[in-house]
Amino acid sequence: MPTSPLPDLALAPLLPEIVLLAAALVLLVVGALRERAQAAGIVAPLAVLALLVAAAIAGVLDRTPQTLLGGHFRFDAMAAFLKVVVLVGAAACILLGGAYEEDERIDRFELPLLALLAGLGMSLMVSAESLLGLYMALELQSLPLYVMAAFHRDQLRSTEAGLKYFVLGALASGMLLYGCSLIYGFTGTLSFAALAQGFGPTSPGGLPTGAVVGLVFVIAGLAFKLAAVPFHMWTPDVYEGAPTSVTAFLAAAPKVAAVGLTLRLLMGPMADWAGQWQQVVALVALASMVLGSLAGLVQTNIKRLMAYSGIANVGFALVGVAAGTREGMEAALVYMVIYLATTLGAFGCILAMRRQGTYVERIDELAGLSSRRPLLAAALAIFMFSLAGIPPLAGFFGKYFVFLAAVKAGLVWLAVAGLLASVVAAYYYLRIVKLAYFDPPAEPFDVPAAPGLRLVTGLAAVAVVGFVVLPGPLFEAAGGAAASLGPPAVAAVR
Amino acid sequence: MSDWPLLSLTTFLPLVGVAFILFIRGEPTIVAQNARAVALWTALATFALSLMIWANFDPAQGGYQLVEQAAWLEPLGIRYEMGVDGISLWLVLLSTLLTVVVIVGSWFSVTERVKEYMITFLIMDTLMVGTFCALDIVLFYIFFEGILIPMYLIIGIWGGPRRIYSAFKFFLYTLAGSVLFLVAIIVMAREAGTTSIPELTRHDFPVAMQTWLWLALFASFAVKVPMWPFHTWLPDAHVEAPTAGSVLLAGVLLKLGGYGFLRFSLPMLPEASAYFAPMVFALSIVAIVYTSLVALVQTDMKKLIAYSSVAHMGIVTIGCFTANPLGLTGALVQMLSHGLVSAALFMVVGVVYDRIHSREIAAYGGLAERMPVYATLFMLFMLASVGLPGTSGFVGEILVIIGIFNITPESAAIPAQGSWVALFAATGMILGAGYMLWLYRRVIFGALEKTRLAAIEDLRLNEVVAFAPLVLLVLLMGVYPSLFTDPMAASIDRVLAEIGAAGPGRLALQLH
Repeated sequence: MPTSPLPDLALAPLLPEIVLLAAALVLLVVGALRERAQAAGIVAPLAVLALLVAAAIAGVLDRTPQTLLGGHFRFDAMAAFLKVVVLVGAAACILLGGAYEEDERIDRFELPLLALLAGLGMSLMVSAESLLGLYMALELQSLPLYVMAAFHRDQLRSTEAGLKYFVLGALASGMLLYGCSLIYGFTGTLSFAALAQGFGPTSPGGLPTGAVVGLVFVIAGLAFKLAAVPFHMWTPDVYEGAPTSVTAFLAAAPKVAAVGLTLRLLMGPMADWAGQWQQVVALVALASMVLGSLAGLVQTNIKRLMAYSGIANVGFALVGVAAGTREGMEAALVYMVIYLATTLGAFGCILAMRRQGTYVERIDELAGLSSRRPLLAAALAIFMFSLAGIPPLAGFFGKYFVFLAAVKAGLVWLAVAGLLASVVAAYYYLRIVKLAYFDPPAEPFDVPAAPGLRLVTGLAAVAVVGFVVLPGPLFEAAGGAAASLGPPAVAAVR
Repeated sequence: MSDWPLLSLTTFLPLVGVAFILFIRGEPTIVAQNARAVALWTALATFALSLMIWANFDPAQGGYQLVEQAAWLEPLGIRYEMGVDGISLWLVLLSTLLTVVVIVGSWFSVTERVKEYMITFLIMDTLMVGTFCALDIVLFYIFFEGILIPMYLIIGIWGGPRRIYSAFKFFLYTLAGSVLFLVAIIVMAREAGTTSIPELTRHDFPVAMQTWLWLALFASFAVKVPMWPFHTWLPDAHVEAPTAGSVLLAGVLLKLGGYGFLRFSLPMLPEASAYFAPMVFALSIVAIVYTSLVALVQTDMKKLIAYSSVAHMGIVTIGCFTANPLGLTGALVQMLSHGLVSAALFMVVGVVYDRIHSREIAAYGGLAERMPVYATLFMLFMLASVGLPGTSGFVGEILVIIGIFNITPESAAIPAQGSWVALFAATGMILGAGYMLWLYRRVIFGALEKTRLAAIEDLRLNEVVAFAPLVLLVLLMGVYPSLFTDPMAASIDRVLAEIGAAGPGRLALQLH
């Protein structure tokens, strides 16, 4: 433990964040100096590059656990794993959206820049090691997302989505902050490490009741960011209203980061108090799976459908969290990575479906996709079957692992309920396949899709199908990540 | 040769064909022609490989043979493990043979999306063979459940007018049963600490847990078989599926349920199997009698054969749960026989459907006049379905009936009153003779009055080629059954030993 008054001067573990921040600042200047028409064309690829470089750095850094920035952040195998995942996910989203933004005339350089800043926020989120760090990182991630959701500023539903997201997000932040202050007030510390040390099972008083109430508020705030029931109400409207490329962004990496953050809090300092939060998380998981599966049945807009699909999927991931074991953590991490790949691919397909210059959003309009665009239809079917959890596609393995962890933790009822919910959800995924394959073709779709979009969608499809051949590496990486989140050492913050 | 990974080669060879078909480009007619050719050669090569499995199989051994193991999903303790025994050997051969048959049979009749059609059937081939070879329960589930995807597409894309309703019903019905099986797999894996089938079989599950596990497995297999009252998806799926889809559904997919009982329910959960055996008998009897009666009043040929499948599979489930050598052998032979005969009967219907585009019995009559070869083949398969001695159908049914009579409360692992069960099972056979002969009379005999039938053409070459192996095997199994039953014997003894080794705990659960 460093005892100098200037602790933690080791900057190497912060390199990914430094790269992202520096890139954001430089690109801001570049974008401002360039002409409007060209700026996005330069900034977007550079933002992708910066995100990928940061991800690569996070991937090769030494994974010995270290606390950073006065104990508010921590770099370990889990942080490295999640940074790689969310930053690559964010980069893929920027690639996906380029052509759409051009068509919709929202191809301004601020959009990739905001995505870059959200990436910085996510990168910090998965490293949070104190309540303050948790809150700051979460806000740094959220604020750019609010702006992005409202980015189509001439369009009523986009601005409405942004406003709705912002107001409800602010409310959730308030709850989160209130919960943090309660925990701080009753325990006297912000640091996860100190919480774990001072209020572990061996401590005389146990966790004070006020802190437990605070924990519930914090979980509620996190559930909002995760779009888990009962804090999901914003999701369908925001998903529908936001520009589709932004919806893809919202649905993908931030959810992975939020699950990572939830794990950091609950399985870090609160691991010994699983009894206090396990039921809450299990119920949230159950409600999310059931509502996401049922409400999705009646949707006619594919973006709203993806919103409910996302709610159900977060429910499945939370089953792993609710298990409260290391295996459950691993399962939640694996689940979210598979979810990320599948969601990116599914949105890639949605972004590729254009008819006479306008993007198709109504589910009915997919009719006959397979005879017009066979490859696109095949990719869409792959993602839908994977989301439904049908083997041998990747989605099955995510579900299997999550429910294995739940059963091992004694939550058999949750596994049964979740699997039955997945049968219900299978109906709406099948409906999309039905429209694409069984129904007679409607008017033709516009043929060309942008290379970036094709690349991301194609890679996602290969990953989802090929996962069965080589599932080991992801499981090992997630295992290493979960193992690094033991009871943390005491840090300097008090 | 025996050190080659024969089972994996057989399983995954069709995917090589898929890869070739994916790269076929050019004129639509040329593409279709090439896709058919590639699919046929791939299916033939796969069938040849499965014959190699038979050649390398040692009938004297009861354990798993040609076993392959490889690291696969180590963090979850799941290994890639394949192997065959006398129970799965014939089902593997049945799958590869029927794939060849359906590709030949639909050579001319399928003209739409031929490329996709051939791809889905080759994928089916891989998944079916994989299901029967898998020696790890999770690996089994992956193949077992993966079959839903191609079958959903087959029914939905190439099916009849109500294909969409039927495809959804098939998929969701089966999935709902299967997820409970998945929960059971997870619980068993946790309890035994392994997912390997041989190791799970050796594990003694607590009796209280067995009951729940058995019911969860039953939910999946009873839907697949299908047993009354879980059979309602089957008439829809069979009727709306294209001929080739019905052939594989009836020929192979229904066998997955019976295979599941033999591979999982009985040896892994013997006490619960003994406890629930009377229920299985009761449901099977209802299935046999009730669906036979329903079959009698059908006006749709495919629906009639679909209902007869439920009745025939009732014989299989009774045979499985007699838990004696004759009953198990009979159940397996009946599965193989039904796999060939019902497949052939669906093709028989498909032949006239391709020409007249009607499945109504009333639309036909007097076909013997214009289609002598067809009438002969139809008669052979009809009689095999009825269980005429000299055909495969007879062997399976007689073995199961004798097996049922051999059940005595003292001697067998399964407690029940054998003679009553046998009585009702035999009733079903009489009814079976009734509806099949009546169907045959209405379609084939009489005067050729309908004007639409005046110019109907007899079997084409590709149809004769597709029927030929089925004819040969139905007769061969009828006159020389020991060719098929000998390799089963040692494995059936092993399964019976696994069931019988249940110990005294069983006695507490007996019903009387």
